[in-house]
Amino acid sequence: MSDLSAIDHGQEAGFGDYVQLLKPRVMSLVVFTAMVGLIVAPVPVHPFVAFTAILFIALGGGASGALNMWYDADIDRVMRRTASRPIPAGRISEGEALGLGLALSVLSCLMLGLASNWFAGAFLGFTIFFYVVVYTMWLKRSTPQNIVIGGAAGAFPPMIGWAVATGGVAPESLLMFALIFMWTPPHFWALALFMKDDYSKAGVPMLTVTHGRAATRKHILVYTILLAPVAVALSLTSIGGPVTLVAAIVLNALFIAGAVRIARREETAAEADHYKAEKAFFRFSLAYLFLHFGALLVETSLAPFGLGGW
Amino acid sequence: MAIHRDHELHGRRFGRNLGLGLVLGAFVALIFGLTVVKISHLKEGKLPQAEATQ
Repeated sequence: MSDLSAIDHGQEAGFGDYVQLLKPRVMSLVVFTAMVGLIVAPVPVHPFVAFTAILFIALGGGASGALNMWYDADIDRVMRRTASRPIPAGRISEGEALGLGLALSVLSCLMLGLASNWFAGAFLGFTIFFYVVVYTMWLKRSTPQNIVIGGAAGAFPPMIGWAVATGGVAPESLLMFALIFMWTPPHFWALALFMKDDYSKAGVPMLTVTHGRAATRKHILVYTILLAPVAVALSLTSIGGPVTLVAAIVLNALFIAGAVRIARREETAAEADHYKAEKAFFRFSLAYLFLHFGALLVETSLAPFGLGGW
Repeated sequence: MAIHRDHELHGRRFGRNLGLGLVLGAFVALIFGLTVVKISHLKEGKLPQAEATQ
């Protein structure tokens, strides 16, 4: 490789490659849940401050995405689904991703602290630490429970949003955390059932590989059942109400029904119809989370009319 | 490979610089907006107290 290859056309990173490094799709979930956490909190926040806070929470999430891509570049090169990411494709160097990730982490925490309060800023810092160090560095490659514990990182944003408004933690924010935390494993394992990534080649212990696909199906059912009481409990708190309760009952009934269907399926049957039930369950899991948090938003927006809430 | 005045690479580089410029501009606007909000809140919070002491 000559030095010329570094400036060869096609290898030079465009602006979009840096955006891709921040995992914009994951960011959209972070933005939505953090926004709900902030809006449903009992303390009003100036709209501009709220906008800034959510922007920097999203940036913090993006920074952890860049650090994750830096650390996992070796895995991403091996797996087909991730081989076109900026680092494995050779458009951005690993050092550049590390630098960008670290700089944006510090910036986002500082700015969130300045815009709202230092508890929220520190909480964002902890979340980045949790995702990058605890999940990416320690757990992802060592235990098939990686998804379960790593899911906590994705569950923190509504708590950060709540902290922006109130400066602390409350049972309501803990239950919002618990909802995403319990939702993550069935969501990801359903994906793992039909994506069939070559995790074993990449050295990542996935439940589907270590314990088998039948065991993964049972795990999905168990977590889905455990998720239901969390959703109902959240709807009974001060941020819940009749709308949330009805949403929780309907959504969880459908979610459990989907999980039962998955648990009962034989692998051959699933393969025969190209994982139709698993794909449907995965798509529904996205709607499940969106509608749950949407219901919380509805409760809050009905409050000025004397409706919503208990 | 012939050297053109505007290689595809230049377009990419320009896009990157433009993007970064816009991001930095937005950041400045954000800080300014935040400052305005914080200072006007500070005023609102402090004025009644200042009047009360007079």
